[in-house]
Amino acid sequence: MIELKAIEKRFGDNVVLKDVSVAMAERSVTALVGPSGGGKSTLLRCINLLELPNAGTVKIGEEELVFGAGRRVATRDIQRLRRQTGMVFQNFQLFPHRTAIENVMEGLTVVLKWPEPKARERARELLEKVGMAAKADAWPATLSGGQQQRVAIARALAPSPRVLLCDEPTSALDPELAQEVVDVLDRLAEEGTTMVMATHDLRLASKVADEVIFLEAGTVVEKGPAAEVFGNPQRERTKRFIATLRHEQESAARPA
Amino acid sequence: MPDWLQLMLNSLPTLLWAALIFTAPLTLLSFVFGLAVGLATALARLFGPKPLVAVARFYVWIFRGTPLLVQLFLIFYGLPSAGILLDAFTAALIGFTLNVGAYSSEIIRAVIASVPRGQWEAAYSIGMTWNQAMRRTILPQAARTAVPPLSNTFISLVKDTSLAAAITVPEMFQAAQRIVATTYEPLILYIEAALLYLAMSSVLSALQVRLEARLNRYGGFLETRA
Ligand SMILES: Nc1ncnc2c1ncn2[C@@H]1O[C@H](COP(=O)(O)OP(=O)(O)OP(=O)(O)O)[C@@H](O)[C@H]1O
Ligand SMILES: [Mg+2]
Repeated sequence: MIELKAIEKRFGDNVVLKDVSVAMAERSVTALVGPSGGGKSTLLRCINLLELPNAGTVKIGEEELVFGAGRRVATRDIQRLRRQTGMVFQNFQLFPHRTAIENVMEGLTVVLKWPEPKARERARELLEKVGMAAKADAWPATLSGGQQQRVAIARALAPSPRVLLCDEPTSALDPELAQEVVDVLDRLAEEGTTMVMATHDLRLASKVADEVIFLEAGTVVEKGPAAEVFGNPQRERTKRFIATLRHEQESAARPA
Repeated sequence: MPDWLQLMLNSLPTLLWAALIFTAPLTLLSFVFGLAVGLATALARLFGPKPLVAVARFYVWIFRGTPLLVQLFLIFYGLPSAGILLDAFTAALIGFTLNVGAYSSEIIRAVIASVPRGQWEAAYSIGMTWNQAMRRTILPQAARTAVPPLSNTFISLVKDTSLAAAITVPEMFQAAQRIVATTYEPLILYIEAALLYLAMSSVLSALQVRLEARLNRYGGFLETRA
């Protein structure tokens, strides 16, 4: 349902994504893993066009955009494609001047022009779903990181995007708080939400993901079903990387 | 009652009247118009095409770099030679507006730029257009940061309106000057005028504190901007 073809992304002379072609099926969860600087965030941001690829094709559902030298892509088209997606950021990025429920309503009332009561009702359902209904009227600054991230997930889901993009949704959180977020994402995955997530969190990736894409230095080193990539990585590079993550996770879990 | 106090009390209605019908409207109107000019200039500098950026910078350069009194004289006494005749109040209003516009544009530019990029991205990620993101997400946060420095601009402006006396606007300071001309009591009258300016500034400072408290109601959002 999501199809990226021959994506290239450069920042100045730095080629960050090289000829990346991947596809994600509807209702699947794909984890992007790989070393820091490998291009995970950039790839995610090329899906919702927070970054515009220098070349390649981005297709979500029926919407398709082709990028390349000399092509001008209209802002309206970018917006149309972007509105197929929702995004969850590493550091939440809730709107600090709006309450939890207002954060969730914002996309409905401002972008989709829903009437207030209808938006509020949908926002309340979503907060319920992420276990934040009790804090609907709280300011973001008064919420814990895990709570903020759950509200951020509700905000991203509000306009019913076809795909939820998550960039390191748990890495700014302590282990227990991360667990709340993993649980919410896991539940969404079970309900069939299509997701693509960049993560270092093996617990998150192995619990939630169906597919894994291993990205290093802007190229896809290995991809496949999560069980295979995690259980029996084909490439030496992937094997070593996963071993390192396991090791980090175990030492982090041990009490100091 | 001592003579000086009697004189102060006798002059008070005249001074307050001048403050009410000249100083206050001049201050409020030029602040409101000045903020609009400042916002437009800041947006031009941050997001405009190159020629517009150059125009905006030139404007700020001129109005920050020359004395306000000279600007007022140019507008009121100078422009008629170029065929543009303005009454004193309008000339003062234009001068103060452009001056506030230049100073506030720098403040507005800084506070808009200080909203983290992640807030733009969050707004875009839920489908907002640039305009929607600006209006709903960026400006409200920028406004909060802008209150202290813009309050400074406002308070300076109240005091600077006394310069309008020099281009014949009968505002409060000029009213004091006129009373001095008949009573020959400059010390008493100018102290009284100073106290009245101090009172106005103090009211504005108090309003600033209340406004900040109101805007702070959503808590220490600095922590959430990491
Ligand atoms: N806005 C930008 N301007 C310039 N270079 C950038 C920008 N964003 C990313 N890069 C570069 O692109 C490369 C890939 O970055 P990216 O953030 O996609 O990696 P990542 O896999 O998400 O890493 P991490 O695991 O640390 O989050 C890096 O070399 C980075 O320096
Ligand atoms: Mg990243």
